[in-house]
Order: sequence, then C-alpha cells, then structure tokens
Amino acid sequence: MVVSNVYLHSLSQFKIPTKANTSHYLSLSFLSPPTPVFSWKAMLHLTAGRVAGLLSRRGVAAFSSSGVKMASHGHGGVTEQTDMSVPLYWDRLDTPLPDRPYKDTLSAADKSLKQKEKGPWNSLSKEEKLALYRIMFNETYAEMKKPTGEWKTVFGGIFFFIGFTGLVVLWQRYYVYPPHPPTLDDEWQAMQVKRMLDMRVNPVEGFSAKWDYEKGQWK
Amino acid sequence: MFRAALRLSVSGARSLTRSRPQYTASVAARSYSHGKQETDEEFDARWVTYFNKPDIDAWELRKGMNTLIGYDLVPEPKILEAALRACRRLNDLASAIRILEAVKDKSGPHKEIYPYVLQELQPTLNELGIPTPEELGIDEA
Repeated sequence: MVVSNVYLHSLSQFKIPTKANTSHYLSLSFLSPPTPVFSWKAMLHLTAGRVAGLLSRRGVAAFSSSGVKMASHGHGGVTEQTDMSVPLYWDRLDTPLPDRPYKDTLSAADKSLKQKEKGPWNSLSKEEKLALYRIMFNETYAEMKKPTGEWKTVFGGIFFFIGFTGLVVLWQRYYVYPPHPPTLDDEWQAMQVKRMLDMRVNPVEGFSAKWDYEKGQWK
Repeated sequence: MFRAALRLSVSGARSLTRSRPQYTASVAARSYSHGKQETDEEFDARWVTYFNKPDIDAWELRKGMNTLIGYDLVPEPKILEAALRACRRLNDLASAIRILEAVKDKSGPHKEIYPYVLQELQPTLNELGIPTPEELGIDEA
C-alpha cells in the first residue's frame, strides 16, 4: 500500500532524532549488560575456580566417608543422620512389618522367651505374649494413632503471640505516637465547620448546600 | 469379596442388590482398560498360595504383608489365615498380632469388618494360640 503524499507531508512534523538533537537525553546504557551475555571461557574459569576451592577446603575426605561419619566430626550441633545402609525400624500404619525388630539386642530373659516362642504359643502366658510383641515392635497401632494434643500448643502459641502483639501496640500508643492533635477535638471541629460554612464550601451540591442559612441549621 | 461387603454395608437401607462398579476389578492398584482382569477369587487364591509356601522366609512374609496392606482393600480371612500360619512357621507371634492390628486399621470407618474377620479366624487363632490385640489390652493406647 502506498502512503499518500498527504501523509508523507504530515510526517515532516516529526523531528528525526540525531546525535545533535538528543545529546541532552539521559544515558540508559545500564539497562543492557555491558559484558558479553555468555562466554565459554568465563564459564571455564568460574568452574575451575569453584572446584579448586572445594578440593582445597574439604580435601578428598568429602568423597569417601559414610553419612554417619561425616555428621559425627562435622561442625558441632549437627543432628545424627540415620544410617540408611542397614535395615531400619519404623512404626507406620500403612506398613505393618518393618525390616528389623525393635529390640535387636536381647537380654537373657528375652532370649529364653524367644526360644519358648518356637514351641506352641498356647503355652505362653499373656504377659509373655505381650513381651514378645514389645521386643518386636515399639508402638502399638493404638499408640501410633493416639491424638497428640498438638492443637493445644498451636492455639496456645497463636493466642500468646497475639497477646504479646497487643502489648506492643499498647506501648506504641504511649511511647511512639505523636501528641494528640487538637484539630480532632469537638470544639475545634465545630469552629472548622462554621468556617467552612462561612466561606461557602461546595454551596451548589456539596457541604454548604446542605446548610439552611436562613434557619441556621442543617437542611 | 470384601469390597462388595464394604459397599453393601455402607448402603444401609438401600437395596442389597447394588451391583459392583466395573472399575473395581480385583487387580488392586492397577486400572488397565485392556487385558485379562483378575477376578476376586483369583486374587485371593494368589495371595493364599503366596503365604502357604512351606519354606516362606521372614522377608517374604514382611514383603507380602506390607504389599497386601498397601492395597485398597481388607484382605479376606482366608488370606489372613495363610499369613498367620506363615507367622507360626517362622515362630513369629508378634507379627501375627501386628497383622490383626493392621486389619482393624485397614477397615477404617467400617467397624463391622474387624469383628467379622476375627469371627472367621477364631478357629485358627485358638489352634495357634494367637491372642487378639483386645485380649492383650493393646487396642487402647
């Protein structure tokens, strides 16, 4: 589509930007990156630097010891890590039989009980059966499902901190707020209203329009 | 099948001839739209055979039970009986009691399932001398 001469002529109203007529503009060069966006050489330098740092600080030990060993002579206060390389015990509702019994070191009494377990179970007393259960398992299903009462701690904490916040707000009212402005008092407000009416604020549809000047009262 | 019993009991006053929906075919945890669907009886038979293995080892017992409990169903008493007998062969009374606890937990809100299972298992429990968690007093925390 050919632009008509009329439009070409009207375009002359727009000045074409040149260095001469834009020299007063602010420099916005900070918006685009001054350095090249990506360079392999830079990447190589960075990676090499990091690897060198790692090796020098940790030594080769970082790659050899097991999880447990690392935790034990790491910085103080680190919790013991579970050794995942051995069979674990767990109390789970959805997985009733864990990989190992709860008590794996048995006393002499426990050991003799385990021997008795190889015979008929009818000859075991109730206490013995319970003892066998407790050797094998830590918590019963009922104990696993027992409510924890955690909600009391949660709500207690919530109310405590709301209360504390209330105290902070109260302290603020007395020690932080500036002096009470007199302009909010009723006498001042009355004088203010009178002044606004005297100067006929919004007399057509607004403030003063609602005041009946003859009767000296609000309409 | 137990899942049918589940739905029948929930329906309460409604008709007992409510049909079982197609998607709950016995291959628990799988929902193939093609291929042969295992029936409830086949499922039960498979698991009974698993636990009835004469030289079943402790790992297989644990694996079997944990897998079975992972399914969305309460195992039939005959599967549980086979599992309890496997516990006997392995001289593991504690696991037998644990299995009973797990069955009660699997029933969830359907409180009538567990007494039914115990009722069905009573002869086996008496024969093997397996106490119920209630008898040991561990059903309450």
